[in-house]
Amino acid sequence: MDAIQKSLLEQVADLHEVPEGAYNIRANGQKAARNTTANIDIVSKEDKDGIDIIIKPGTKNESVHIPVVLSQSGLQETVYNDFFIGDDCDITIVAGCGIHNCGVQNSEHSGIHTFYVGKNARVRYVERHYGEGDGMGENIMNPTTVVEMQEGSYMEMETTQIKGVDSTVRTTRATLGPAATLIIKEKVMTHGKQLAKSDFTVDLNGEGCHTNVISRSVAKGESKQVFLARINGNAACYGHSECDAIIMDKGVVSAIPEVTANCLDAQLIHEAAIGKIAGEQLTKLMTLGLTEKEAEEQIVNGFLK
Amino acid sequence: MLELQHISYDVEQDGDNKGILHDISLTINERFVAITGPNGGGKSTLAKIIAGILTPTQGKILLDGEDITGLNITDRARRGISFAFQQPVRFKGLTVKDLITLASGKNIGVPEACNYLSEVGLCAKDYIDREVDASLSGGELKRIEIAMIMARGTKLSVFDEPEAGIDLWSFTNLIQVFEHLHEKINGSILIISHQERILNIADRIIVLADGRVQKDGPRKDILPTLLGQTPDVCSALTGKVR
Repeated sequence: MDAIQKSLLEQVADLHEVPEGAYNIRANGQKAARNTTANIDIVSKEDKDGIDIIIKPGTKNESVHIPVVLSQSGLQETVYNDFFIGDDCDITIVAGCGIHNCGVQNSEHSGIHTFYVGKNARVRYVERHYGEGDGMGENIMNPTTVVEMQEGSYMEMETTQIKGVDSTVRTTRATLGPAATLIIKEKVMTHGKQLAKSDFTVDLNGEGCHTNVISRSVAKGESKQVFLARINGNAACYGHSECDAIIMDKGVVSAIPEVTANCLDAQLIHEAAIGKIAGEQLTKLMTLGLTEKEAEEQIVNGFLK
Repeated sequence: MLELQHISYDVEQDGDNKGILHDISLTINERFVAITGPNGGGKSTLAKIIAGILTPTQGKILLDGEDITGLNITDRARRGISFAFQQPVRFKGLTVKDLITLASGKNIGVPEACNYLSEVGLCAKDYIDREVDASLSGGELKRIEIAMIMARGTKLSVFDEPEAGIDLWSFTNLIQVFEHLHEKINGSILIISHQERILNIADRIIVLADGRVQKDGPRKDILPTLLGQTPDVCSALTGKVR
């Protein structure tokens, strides 16, 4: 890998060297490196672009890194990654996509990730999106995440898009079995004329299952964001979605809740708060000696931390 | 040394000018000065004018001889003015350590940040990583606000009604912090308060009412005139802590 690709890798996966445990690094549409372990197998798909990640039941405290970097302007790809997570696992999966586009053509990566989470398994899934490059071509990412959770399983998804992604439509669909828990934490910052749309659908099918979909976002410049959280309570369950957004300059944020209780014992809550930085917050930090701009940066960084 | 020279502050109300402060001139050089007086008398306005949050309609403000009237909040803070808000501000995402670090102006370590929290009676390890958000009570926020002022350690620290919004039980504990505050902070403390126990530790008491300085002098001269003799002021004093 070249220096640009290594730098992208650092941004999306905090990786300076090859990671420990299982990994699959994809660079400009090709497999750049792969490692499997006794418990985690990674196999290339034969019918389409992508990999199967197979994690043996009972695998504990292991991690899988599957970063993708694109530095070739104009590259457009759709990749299918399927995760088969066995019963009783406890694992961390780190995915991410970094695009460096200094050309005039659009670069686009669409990752379609499907998680089959076994009974009583615990999964922490971290996904970061980052773009850079001073070309006219846009950096486009359209990730789709599909989650199927079996009884008693737990999954925490942390998705972050902080910089440089011109257009993104993030689609997440999840179905939860009995006593399953899905926590989604999304952080988005858009600037310039960027567009970011998040579209979550969670079907709470099993008795006692639970979801919490939390979005914190900042829209600067003339960027636009849409947060759509659709939660269907089909059993005795608990669902909560929350959109907390700061708008700056001419940024626009829409929060669209859609909660449907198809069961008398479903409890569903949606909260949304959108507004500019409170004047008193700026004033407080200025009384500590920060300039208005420095105060703004601190507030935004803290908000998205 | 802080000098206020002929400070006036007017606001426009229904097309008319309403005077909030009228020709206030004060020189503050003592270690611990309390400003008291009835609600609506202009105390908080005066504090905000000192911090640069409000700009006076007339008059000058000098800090150690330098005219700071035209300086904004940031520049005054950098010259050595600290201001503790009457209603501390909440921040989603910023932690207690973040704020204390920003207040100190340097990259202090956890032990030093913890010292400031201990000074204000908070168990440091329970609070240092907490977000300064709605999960903190009014009393906790007040203490963190005071810890930030300590971390700044500037030549002038202004406190706007530290007792406001705190129940009496919490305040009884907090008052001990103030009783020792002047030992911890170098420079002058200017505190707006209705609390007799705070007035009782001031070197000097200024009574502000209807936008004017009504009384000004050493505590031993002013405090007896406030307690039990003037029903108007007294009801304001006692009413505030209920």
